[in-house]
Amino acid sequence: MNPRLSGTAAASGYPQRWRRPPFISRPWLRYGLPCGAVLYLILGIGSVEVNWLRAWEGLPRGFAFVAGFLAPDFLSRGADIRAGILESLTMTLTSTVVGILISVPIGVGAARNLAPPAIYGLCRAIIALSRSFQEVIIAILFVAMVGFGPLAGFLTLAFATIGFLSKLLAEDIEEIEEAQAEAIRATGAGWLQLVNYAVQPQVMPRLIGLSLYRLDINFRESAVIGIVGAGGIGATLNTAIDRYEFDSAAAILIIIIAIVLVAEYSSGAIRKWVQ
Amino acid sequence: MPVREIGEIKIWQRRSTAVELAGWFGWLLLVALFVFCWQVMNHQTLWVFVQDAPRQAADIAGRMLPPRWSYMQRLWVPLWDTLNIATLGTLLGVALALPVAFLAARNTTPSIRFIRPVALLGIVSSRSINSLIWALLLVSILGPGLLAGIIAIALRSIGFIGKLLYEAIEEIDPSQVEAVSATGASALQVLDYGITPQVLPAFAGITVFRWDINIRESTVLGLVGAGGIGLELSHSLNTLAWPQVSLIFIVILGTVVLSEWVSAKVRHAII
Repeated sequence: MNPRLSGTAAASGYPQRWRRPPFISRPWLRYGLPCGAVLYLILGIGSVEVNWLRAWEGLPRGFAFVAGFLAPDFLSRGADIRAGILESLTMTLTSTVVGILISVPIGVGAARNLAPPAIYGLCRAIIALSRSFQEVIIAILFVAMVGFGPLAGFLTLAFATIGFLSKLLAEDIEEIEEAQAEAIRATGAGWLQLVNYAVQPQVMPRLIGLSLYRLDINFRESAVIGIVGAGGIGATLNTAIDRYEFDSAAAILIIIIAIVLVAEYSSGAIRKWVQ
Repeated sequence: MPVREIGEIKIWQRRSTAVELAGWFGWLLLVALFVFCWQVMNHQTLWVFVQDAPRQAADIAGRMLPPRWSYMQRLWVPLWDTLNIATLGTLLGVALALPVAFLAARNTTPSIRFIRPVALLGIVSSRSINSLIWALLLVSILGPGLLAGIIAIALRSIGFIGKLLYEAIEEIDPSQVEAVSATGASALQVLDYGITPQVLPAFAGITVFRWDINIRESTVLGLVGAGGIGLELSHSLNTLAWPQVSLIFIVILGTVVLSEWVSAKVRHAII
């Protein structure tokens, strides 16, 4: 720094060194937040009881799992794995398609600029209901209703898709460019024509992107809800882990990761092609 | 512009006929695939049970109401455990995700050829596997309890936080980094003064967002033995104590709504 400049700065009482501004500007929050965090950590970690002896005994099993990942066993449970993956994939596709078909009208109804207040409230209530529960909890209820098997999983995933897609679609519709809608309205178009010519072209690329993303999520979830009996690869995975067959479990996990990777890359390609 | 001509009259079309036909063919394929999947999926479904579903639903609803409010006093400790699983799991996940994100971002990774793909693979593996599956594995390794739940949540959070954070790091303004390094700053000082301040708001937002999701996920981890309120849910389901199940659902709903509200407030304050 220029010595003369710093001299005058010191003389006039300005701070001589630059200090970076704090991330949180309010002082009580800046100092209160870490104090609260430390207090919570003491309380929280204190209430976690760990059976270290049991954890120590499990260590060989942990190594067995890592070893299973390095040498996965695709063959000895091959038939079960194939059936489970097939069930998961079919569940994923059907539930996503049905979920999209139901969530498009609900999404349009939940858009403030297209729907009358009564329908808006109803559609928002459906979305809130669908979004507030974990897939697994919904799966438990559907299994109790329609029995074990992929149909319960299909219903669960379709139900969860509605909340996700309708909400994002409604937000997207609310953010469309109003000028285009006005231009269509000025030609004397009815409500359906307005949706078809002004709204749909604007939201379609994003709807396709969201649908592909949801397809991906539904596949990942389909691996989980099998644990509570709703079909799919989850049941096979659960059995493999319960029997400590970590090499088969690792094979299933590797297949799941590979399918998610393929889905992610192809959905990226499709989205690029659509836009 | 695609135009169809009928005699002298020209009619505007959105797409040319060939493109339109290809589109319809694509839809046809999708419908065929859907029907095929539906057949494969349902070849073992017992439709007798499905026809019975409305009656079953009414029956369960009848058993669930009214909720057993007195059960609440036994739910406070599991609820506290659930909060701990989510919060401590998020903190552990953040601690693990930070280095992974910096290794995965194109502009901060030490080696694009070798280290970046490894970090990306770690992020993808963590993201593809649901926390319930991680919990299933960890319960069989570590034994049932909160620790398995915390580590499961942390392992799942690495992928989420890592992915969003490395994308944020890649999108920073390079001119600030250049300015800091032009003063002769070392690599660590560039990280501290040039990169961290730019990604800190995004990082805080992502963390709170993930915490909110983790609260939601930690409520069901108990179903596989990883502690928290899910354990009580599993007990109540196994003993068919539906009034307790409905109370637990109400508690979970309240917690999720509250955490979503907190997370929205905090993110609003940061951004």
